[in-house]
Amino acid sequence: MDQITQHILEEVAGLHAIPEGAYNIRENGKSIGRSSTDEIEIGTREDGKGLVVKIKAGTKNKSVHIPVVISQSGLTEVVYNDFYIGEDADVTIIAGCGIHNAGNDASKHDGIHSFFVGKNAKVKYVEKHYGSGDGNGERIMNPETIVEMEENSYMEMDTVQIKGVDSTIRKTNAKLKDGAKLVVMERLMTHGKQHAESYFDVYCNGADSGANVVSRSVAKEDSYQKFCSRLIGNAACSGHTECDAIIMDNAKISAVPELEANHPDAALIHEAAIGKIAGEQIVKLMTLGLSEEEAEEKIVEGFLR
Amino acid sequence: MLELCNISFGVSEDSRQKEILKNISLKLEDNRFTVITGPNGGGKSTLAKVIAGIEKPTEGKILWDGEDITDLSVTERAKLGISYAFQQPVRFKGITVFDLIQLASGQKMSVEDACHYLSEVGLCARDYVRREVNASLSGGELKRIEIATVMARNTRMTVFDEPEAGIDLWSFQKLISVFEKLHETNHGSILIISHQERILNIADEIVLIADGQLTASGSREAILPQILDKSVNRSCKVMGG
Repeated sequence: MDQITQHILEEVAGLHAIPEGAYNIRENGKSIGRSSTDEIEIGTREDGKGLVVKIKAGTKNKSVHIPVVISQSGLTEVVYNDFYIGEDADVTIIAGCGIHNAGNDASKHDGIHSFFVGKNAKVKYVEKHYGSGDGNGERIMNPETIVEMEENSYMEMDTVQIKGVDSTIRKTNAKLKDGAKLVVMERLMTHGKQHAESYFDVYCNGADSGANVVSRSVAKEDSYQKFCSRLIGNAACSGHTECDAIIMDNAKISAVPELEANHPDAALIHEAAIGKIAGEQIVKLMTLGLSEEEAEEKIVEGFLR
Repeated sequence: MLELCNISFGVSEDSRQKEILKNISLKLEDNRFTVITGPNGGGKSTLAKVIAGIEKPTEGKILWDGEDITDLSVTERAKLGISYAFQQPVRFKGITVFDLIQLASGQKMSVEDACHYLSEVGLCARDYVRREVNASLSGGELKRIEIATVMARNTRMTVFDEPEAGIDLWSFQKLISVFEKLHETNHGSILIISHQERILNIADEIVLIADGQLTASGSREAILPQILDKSVNRSCKVMGG
């Protein structure tokens, strides 16, 4: 593993060494390390296009790391990973992708992740995107997440893209059965001429199912962001979606919340707010001795925490 | 010592110039506890902002130990040792009470140290230190956190703009002792804008500002009876129709 790969692994997965438990590390289109455990089996899909991760029913407090590193300029890949989370399991899945592009060709990773969350299972999915390298080649990531949630399952999705990714189109599609709960927290910062779009379609199909889709984002310089969140209530359910964005410089942001209630007991709420950093917030931090730039930085850092 | 020399401040409103502060001169000595009081809309808060550097006076000078600081920014004045507690504290998404107190102190601090300041203002520290300074906090809670952050700065000059606003009666007595303690330990200059008689009662000096002008200033013993006398007369007048 070279220094660039090590650095990216640290950024996207918080890894300083080979992780404990189940993992697969993918570098430039190939697996460079893989380990399964008694409870978590990581295999290759039949078509060879990605991973199959099977988590046994009842597995508790275990984690799976599946980071992806691309350091070869011009590499383009589409990866399909399938996750089967057994009934009553309670696990954390840490994905993440880092592209280091020092060349002139675009590097691109499209990860299509499908989750089948068993009855009463609980899963936390953490996905961090990161780009580095000073080449002219673009760093592109288009993640797609498909979630099927069985009765009373719970999934928390925590996605972060703070730095260096030039172009992203994120799509998430989730279907929830009775009592299933989905919580999404998306954090995004774009700068330069970056472009990020995020689309959520969440179907609350089961009674007492619930979804909370929250996005916090900061758009700086000449970047562009679009956030579309669509909640569909097909049963007695509760849904909430929120887009909270800070706009700076010449950036552009578009927030499109959409609610669709097909049942009289579907309770759906959307909130969207876009605005500059409040002047009084900057002044307050300046009265504590911070410069205007330091104050802005602190406010953005807190906002995206 | 902070000195205000002939400070005026005006704004244009409907193409007319409106004078908020008119030719105010005032000396704020170290180790003195001064309370500015007066009717609402009289310019007290604007004066506090002028001291903190948030508003620039249209005329006059501000001297800090004899040095002209009129053109210094909010940040530069904060670094010199001027602190300012907002009348309406600002909310932040994602920034915790601990972050704010640590930023105020200007150094790395332990959770215990931060808790100490919260306890001083009567907040159960453990419940608050990790909370975000956001809309989930009530006005009174925010106000006390604001006072705690300013205390953590421990500077030579501290300005409080109506610290009692939004604070319940139960906490008010605690607040008085916070100011008394600050006066005893800090040895700097404390300036409080207040309408509360109980705060006026612990002042060394009282300054009366009305209609943008300094109408009286002096020791508490000299000024307080005048103010109380006036307010009695005024309320009689109202009652008399």
